[in-house]
Amino acid sequence: MTAQRAARIGSRRRSAIGVGRTRLPLGAFYGAMLVLLYLPIAILFVFSFSTNARLSFPLEGFTLDRYADVLADPSLLGAARNSLIVGAAAATAGTALGTLVALATVRFRFRGRAVLLGLAVLPLIVPFAVMGVAIFLLLVSLDIPKSLLTVAMGHTVIAMPFATLIVLARLSGLDPALEEAAMDLGASYPMALRKVVVPLIGTALLSAWLTCFVVSFDEVALANFLVGGEPTFPVMLYGRLRFGGQLPVLIATAVLLMLASVTLILLALRLRRNP
Amino acid sequence: MLGRRGTLPLLVGPPLVWLALLFVAPLFLIVAYSLRPESGVVNPAEAWSPSLVQYGKVVGTPAFLRLLGVSTLVALGVAAAATLLAYPLAYFLAFRARSRATLFLALLLVPFAASYLLRVMAWKLILGPVGAVNSLLSAAGLISEPLDLLLYSRAAVVITLVYVSIPFAALPILASLQRIERSHLEAAADLGAGPWTRFRRVTLPLSLPGTLAAFFIVFIPTIGEYVTPTLIGGTGGIMYGNLIQDFFGRAGNWPLGAALALIMLVVTVVGVLVALRAIDLRRLAS
Repeated sequence: MTAQRAARIGSRRRSAIGVGRTRLPLGAFYGAMLVLLYLPIAILFVFSFSTNARLSFPLEGFTLDRYADVLADPSLLGAARNSLIVGAAAATAGTALGTLVALATVRFRFRGRAVLLGLAVLPLIVPFAVMGVAIFLLLVSLDIPKSLLTVAMGHTVIAMPFATLIVLARLSGLDPALEEAAMDLGASYPMALRKVVVPLIGTALLSAWLTCFVVSFDEVALANFLVGGEPTFPVMLYGRLRFGGQLPVLIATAVLLMLASVTLILLALRLRRNP
Repeated sequence: MLGRRGTLPLLVGPPLVWLALLFVAPLFLIVAYSLRPESGVVNPAEAWSPSLVQYGKVVGTPAFLRLLGVSTLVALGVAAAATLLAYPLAYFLAFRARSRATLFLALLLVPFAASYLLRVMAWKLILGPVGAVNSLLSAAGLISEPLDLLLYSRAAVVITLVYVSIPFAALPILASLQRIERSHLEAAADLGAGPWTRFRRVTLPLSLPGTLAAFFIVFIPTIGEYVTPTLIGGTGGIMYGNLIQDFFGRAGNWPLGAALALIMLVVTVVGVLVALRAIDLRRLAS
């Protein structure tokens, strides 16, 4: 009886060591979801090499012409370049503004602190269609012409919450004594921030910038309200997909862009591991 | 030399001005435009006196209200499905993947690098009349006519939206699971709790804030969706967001569009507040 109890407690102890171990086949579930997530991308990849004019089975033949077509289509390359510019601008502005919010709210107690933090994060709960209407009406009221700049402005607003939260999390773990030490050594507060704090939160800044860039680069619902004559890549894609035509070339462009961004992300991860 | 306190205005000023101009003022403009009495494309310089006529039109048009209901239901369903599917994924990454967790997380996030619109289109290829599912079914002799219901329908929109949302939903759940102290689980085990009890009484409550965040990270963009319904759903699959987009596009009726947009914003904000209330995050945090 006692031995049985001891054995039971012992087995509980063993299961306690492997806490989180359940008999549910979670690994298999993960694998299945991964297949499901990659399936559409794999299909697109295959179609970028096919001679089919439409997205339909069966596949007809193999060709590399789509990739040659991409390089020969200045409007596609132009749109991709526009997206890069908008993404970089929105990521830079969003990260800078989000960092200022994080610095002010983590390091200072002041009236309106909660309001500032709330405002910086609230764009997260506004659907893009509403945000698009809102900023569109601002442009109309101030008579500002729609352009890539207005898209970048809109993207800064939706990117800022991500930057704020990422930098905020990193700053809360950073000892304020570091800045104080710099100031004891004669630095002004802005200089202490620049020379001590910013280098220490460099990884968080990079991750905030990349997150903002990704948010902007692939965004179409908001951009659609704010774009002028020059389209970003998703806006052009949306237009062409709705009215049909040239799908294989568009897929080839997207495959190239995807390879570029995966390379960028892997590079960023590599940099993070070996500073 | 600039001291600590003197720096504060420099930190607060730029983001405050930016947000006031590009976030707060625009939201008030929606309110203002929704109170204009006229129809069509508006000349902002024209004088006007406030009226509730646009809201009257919304309430008096059953199709608008029906689409608002549809969008809310679709968003609730998509958010629930994506959260339910993402939870085991996050659990696997947090507790089971061990040293390979980073790799497995990266694999989950790589699809983000592919264009959202083209991933949506790929589903059209899978579900469409000449798509993979129909080809397989007819090759197997199970159907003679392609199943039309798989494309240009609300079901196709829902499937596609769940698919694109899963990795997004997994991130906040993973973050909350990773914050759980292993010692809590060990303590529960020492007190005789089996795996299921430990999950129900310790892991699940502690991961509830992240799970709720996951739900809303999916719910909010989905309720305003107009892009995916346009590409996948056709005329049968349009949602409330399509109305707003249309009134600021081809249909050109800004005051009515503004009223519709404001109603959607109110529904979203009320939803978030009710959920925060129901879950009572402060009690969970303490």
